[in-house]
Amino acid sequence: MAETKKKAKLTNPFEGIVETLFRFFENKTYLYLFIGAVVILLVIFPNTSSRFTQEIMTNLFFYIVVCLGLNIIVGYAGLLHLGYAAFFAVGAYTTGILSSVFGMNFWLTIPFSIVAAVIAGLAIGAPTLRLRGDYLAIVTLGFGEITRLTIRNLDITGGAIGLIGIQRPVLFGITLNQISHFYYMFFILAILAIFVSYRLHDSRMGRAWEYIREDEDAAAAMGINVTTSRLYAFIIGSAFGAVAGSFFAAKMTAISPDSFMFIHSVMFLMAVVLGGMGKIPGVVLGCVLVVLIPEVARGIGPYRLLIFGALLLIIMLYRPQGIWPDRPAISSKE
Amino acid sequence: MALLEIKDLTLRFGGLCAVNELSLEIEEGSIRSLIGPNGAGKTCVFNCLTGFYKPSGGEMLFQGQSLVNRKPHLITFMGMARTFQNLRLFKEMTVLENVMSGMHCRTKAAFLTTVLRTRGQQREEKQIRDVAEECLEFVGMLDKKHYIAKNLPYGDQRKVEWARALATQPKLLLLDEPAAGLNSDEKARLIQLIRRIRDERNITIFLIEHDMGLVMKVSEKIFVIDYGVKIAEGTAQEVRDNPRVVEAYLGKEEEEETA
Amino acid sequence: MQQLFNGLLIGSFYGLVAIGYSMVYGIIKLLNFAHGDIYMIGAFSGLVFLSIVSPYIGAGWPALILGMLITMLLVGLLGVFIQRVAYRPMLKAPRLSILITALAVSMILYNTVMLLSAGRYRAFNVEISSESFYLGALRLTETRVVLIVAAFALMFIMHMFITKTMYGKAMRAIALDRDTCQLMGIDVYKIIALTFFVGSALAAAAGIMAGVYYGTIHFYMGFLIGLKAFTAAVIGGIGIIPGAMLGGLLLGLLEAFGTQIPFIGTQWKDVFSFAFLILFLIFKPNGLLGRSESERM
Repeated sequence: MAETKKKAKLTNPFEGIVETLFRFFENKTYLYLFIGAVVILLVIFPNTSSRFTQEIMTNLFFYIVVCLGLNIIVGYAGLLHLGYAAFFAVGAYTTGILSSVFGMNFWLTIPFSIVAAVIAGLAIGAPTLRLRGDYLAIVTLGFGEITRLTIRNLDITGGAIGLIGIQRPVLFGITLNQISHFYYMFFILAILAIFVSYRLHDSRMGRAWEYIREDEDAAAAMGINVTTSRLYAFIIGSAFGAVAGSFFAAKMTAISPDSFMFIHSVMFLMAVVLGGMGKIPGVVLGCVLVVLIPEVARGIGPYRLLIFGALLLIIMLYRPQGIWPDRPAISSKE
Repeated sequence: MALLEIKDLTLRFGGLCAVNELSLEIEEGSIRSLIGPNGAGKTCVFNCLTGFYKPSGGEMLFQGQSLVNRKPHLITFMGMARTFQNLRLFKEMTVLENVMSGMHCRTKAAFLTTVLRTRGQQREEKQIRDVAEECLEFVGMLDKKHYIAKNLPYGDQRKVEWARALATQPKLLLLDEPAAGLNSDEKARLIQLIRRIRDERNITIFLIEHDMGLVMKVSEKIFVIDYGVKIAEGTAQEVRDNPRVVEAYLGKEEEEETA
Repeated sequence: MQQLFNGLLIGSFYGLVAIGYSMVYGIIKLLNFAHGDIYMIGAFSGLVFLSIVSPYIGAGWPALILGMLITMLLVGLLGVFIQRVAYRPMLKAPRLSILITALAVSMILYNTVMLLSAGRYRAFNVEISSESFYLGALRLTETRVVLIVAAFALMFIMHMFITKTMYGKAMRAIALDRDTCQLMGIDVYKIIALTFFVGSALAAAAGIMAGVYYGTIHFYMGFLIGLKAFTAAVIGGIGIIPGAMLGGLLLGLLEAFGTQIPFIGTQWKDVFSFAFLILFLIFKPNGLLGRSESERM
């Protein structure tokens, strides 16, 4: 009974400002104007910045795509996924092998990489999700490690050295090989990912995930197939990751097992949890932090993961909903 | 043919027998109650019917189809809805969203239609909302549809739970202690509501209750169980006069009433 | 025969780690990702202890046994501390939150040791004769014999503790129904803390034994064993302590014999274990000793 004492809530120093902003953007015109302005700024960005900053921004967009995919699994369906880098690897290697070994056009490899991710997702998810949701965490952790070991041991994946010579994508007769090309490519992908995430959230499926997160038994009693819904989230999220992996392969032209370590899965998860699971602006904010903090504070180098680990613990203990604030309760949720 | 038929239903936990060879039938369009002292195994019967527990033996037929080994969501899909003894609302969601959950099994939009927001999907979303609002109106909660469920008073939360069950468009509605925690005024309205659900929506009602007064007023036929065994069935009067029931359960109650 | 012995030895390490995994899961339904790191920390603490005392009493069996006991005590307390700081406030939070908390704890432990050990392999030097002798066709060393005896002794003590003492009974009772135990006057938090103490101490013992066996230790050594211990716990039936021991031994044997099969060389050993985990989840989700949860679907 000693546990009845209230635990201290970490209040957000920006709560007041954010509250005002929420009120302001309640007006849809302002909201659209703001979004429009951001989009225009991002579109003209490459003309005014160095290659280096463009590289970081491209990395940020890439993170947004991957983390929104992970957010479908973790944030929407409430399942912990610790091997997301593996699904990312499935996509990257599918494209890599088809492109460098079989010489297939980049755009044609994407459906294959989606199919590969769906198959992997089913093989891992179906037996696991039938049981307990939280088994998924450790099974995905295992899958992440196993995938890395497998691509290291196989010949077709180039072993520890990896694959080289992945073809550049060609779009409207232009070979995409400049950093600004990839900047725009990942920018469009990020917008698509945000769009799909919103549509999924405000739908029958999105609500089903929310019901299951709130009360599994009640959701089942309302006729929702808990296992299938979770599996759906897992597979959609995995496919997201695979697509991002395909584009990653095309951008790098060379991939190796070192790009798909457990630590990458953890960084993706960090971004999702830090900003706020299930909240799209929260995930975007989390990506900004995870990508920019190491760039801004270069000195933290070797302590980076330790600091992120401690940050994760603090967030979970004091502000599990993440940095991004929840919508004020009274606002009309039409 | 009865809408619901239970034959020799048995449920054992380890060595303990929670339900023992229970048989009963529920006719279409009727209001039936299952009563019994605390721990008599009433909720266990519901949990077996709705697929939350797997019975150790016996048969349950709903519209002639067996319910044994069926998952809860499939049973709801077949047309059987339930409420919970201790409210199980989706607490952080709005009243409307809560009730919309009931329509899930009657709709089918999947990934592609959702992302493309096809016309069919939009129509379906509107239908989900319309049905949910209609159910809320039926229980008299439409004006509070945007409230977050956990902020409502207890009586209102009950109503949301009924609306949510109605939204699954059931043929049979299982109510687990619907009067628990309600005051006498709310109970009177509950009796009306139960009758209206049956008469206006043509839904058969099967309820578990503690409150004898309510059961006697609302149900046409009562089953009494004690220690998982059926000890009596009949009209309110018949049950009231049955010496075994009086002994097991009503004895004290009658004394209180006459006192 | 040699494979059988090796399998049992490695399997007993898995088993010792799996016990803690399984106990914690049984009692608070938490998959404790940090458990593999506790094993790793046990190995490192043992090494630190040995390097402190070896100038005085050498690094033979007496020092090792003393080191093991002290390390078990310290790491056990570390386990309790982690439980108190990180997990206890989360007991009533959503499952996802406590899982992420466990991940955070794992990251902190793992990266701390990585920084302290500069990410290098460290030699686990002990002064024990490594001469081998033969028992029939079986090639043995003194170390291996002592290790396997010690591991089985620990498992036996553990088994007695769980089945014969009040604490063990309380643990099993809490695993069944925490709220009722609280009402019955059992100090639930104390028992949970004790569970973490015992689990962590066993993992630390396994860590030191692995250090002696392999001769080197590394900050990364806890990662895979965490996974293997989970597999072992699932094979035996998660939450069931004899199951965890059995699962560990079985997994050790499977790996030892599995790598003998043509085309499955040692580099596929871990893939093999993982495939086994998936098969178990599909066909025997409640494990070998688990009762099927027939009541609840």
